[in-house]
Amino acid sequence: MDFTNLIEGLAGFTVDGLTKGSIYALVALGYTLVYGVLRLINFAHSEVFMVGAWTVLGVYTAVGAHSGVGVWLAIGITLLAGLVAALVSAGTALVVERVAYRPLRNKNAPPLIVLITAIGCSLVLVEIFGHALRVFFGAPFGRSAVNIPTVVPTREVFTIGNFNMSNIDLIVILAAVGMMVALDLFVNKSRLGRGVRAVAQDPDTASLMGVNKNNVIMLVFIIGGVAAGLAALLHTMKYDFAKFDMGFLIGIKAFTAAVLGGIGNLRGALVGGLLLGVCEVYSSALISSNWEDVTAFVILVVVLMFRPTGILGESLGKARA
Amino acid sequence: MLLEVKDIVLNYGKIEALHGLSLEVGEGEVVSLIGANGAGKTSTMRAISGVRGVSSGQISFNGENVTNLRADQRMRKGLVLAPEGRGVFPGMTVVENLEMGAYTRRDRAAILSDFERVFELFPRLSERKKQVAGTMSGGEQQMLSIGRALMSRPKLLLLDEPSMGLAPMLIQQIFSIIREIAQQGTTILVVEQNAKQALTLADRAYVLETGNIVKTGKGSDLLTDTSIREAYLGVA
Repeated sequence: MDFTNLIEGLAGFTVDGLTKGSIYALVALGYTLVYGVLRLINFAHSEVFMVGAWTVLGVYTAVGAHSGVGVWLAIGITLLAGLVAALVSAGTALVVERVAYRPLRNKNAPPLIVLITAIGCSLVLVEIFGHALRVFFGAPFGRSAVNIPTVVPTREVFTIGNFNMSNIDLIVILAAVGMMVALDLFVNKSRLGRGVRAVAQDPDTASLMGVNKNNVIMLVFIIGGVAAGLAALLHTMKYDFAKFDMGFLIGIKAFTAAVLGGIGNLRGALVGGLLLGVCEVYSSALISSNWEDVTAFVILVVVLMFRPTGILGESLGKARA
Repeated sequence: MLLEVKDIVLNYGKIEALHGLSLEVGEGEVVSLIGANGAGKTSTMRAISGVRGVSSGQISFNGENVTNLRADQRMRKGLVLAPEGRGVFPGMTVVENLEMGAYTRRDRAAILSDFERVFELFPRLSERKKQVAGTMSGGEQQMLSIGRALMSRPKLLLLDEPSMGLAPMLIQQIFSIIREIAQQGTTILVVEQNAKQALTLADRAYVLETGNIVKTGKGSDLLTDTSIREAYLGVA
């Protein structure tokens, strides 16, 4: 246990953890929203994130982006990539819902059937990206990681003591928290958000109020997809690669974050994500980076032993301002 | 006729709950449907509101066949159910629940005046605007459920067991409020186990037994009908 290492670099490790956790939190939103409304763990959501990362690469390639472009052009390209990734990810989530989940729902399929379908969708998407990209584009696409060009180079924004805050970390954390706050306001304050909460609390009564359940379901898949697409952009800014199976571990971690915070609860996704990210980085500073995944799941098990409903532990319906 | 229900059959899996039930409600009428526990009162309300689809028969509302419309589509046409028991959104406040009643409306000014109307009908609710509905008493939740249904300005208000689980004092109070709502011009179909209150309130009434209508007539006539008095009013 290397405590001196952790304490000397505490600020840096904390920011690193928050950055990681922000991405978990954004992906966790998709799990938590869909679970809140459908009581379904949408395992295909990790692939919605993966599709977002490839989309970012696609946009960068299409506009010929590289690290040498000017500041304003870099910002413009990044925003464009984020927008397209959000749209493509949301579209993917929506297609999965319409093609796989809705037909099962209409037939009143038992929850286990829907769950195994979700896992199936995830595998199908992973393998499509693991094979089809090579078929269409040739090497280096395939089963290895593909580098994504750096459009926004890392710079120090400010320094406190021996700690340097980088622009990338700052962007990732601010963007994630901003999106979470906006979504929280939407769900708690707006008319449509009230409709989402109504379906989460009692779908039949919600339909008696004139709420179209299928529209609400599509809406949560879209919101989850947009958040995952944005998370993918932030991930590529920090880690600069795309890989066909990159969604798996991040998806599991984000799902863990959602359960840790209280699945079905939006604020829980943020709290769970940030907590998980920080704990992972602390543990790799304390022991070694090989242990961060172990730590993540040990924390999950321990927290659930004492608080089985997660840290904030309310449903989407009940979570309110 | 505002509402025409013809020969509807409703199944829960293999169990048939309604066996070809028919009833009608005219514009401006107050109609009661009385029956014992398990007679199919709530099933009738579910079928009419569209929460459950029927396996045969036809439901027309305002001259239009609505049999194949979803619950939210029927609601938008003015066919509005206040569900039985605790059909309020437990995690929302009183105001948010009432806002849900006005979910399909955009006329903000009129919605605000309807808030006033509901708070006048139910002063208890105006004292508890910020309270989370799940923490209120059964009677208060019932008031909220009816108030919420009124927020949509229904053409036909369906009330499912408004007296369920309430103390006798509260039942009196709820029914006098329902009478007031009817006098203000809302057409009402009320399903009730409390036959005395329901028959006193109604212009016309139907008696439901195990999924079939067995008797119909004016509310005041049924109140004095010997067999009804024996079966539902506890008077020999």
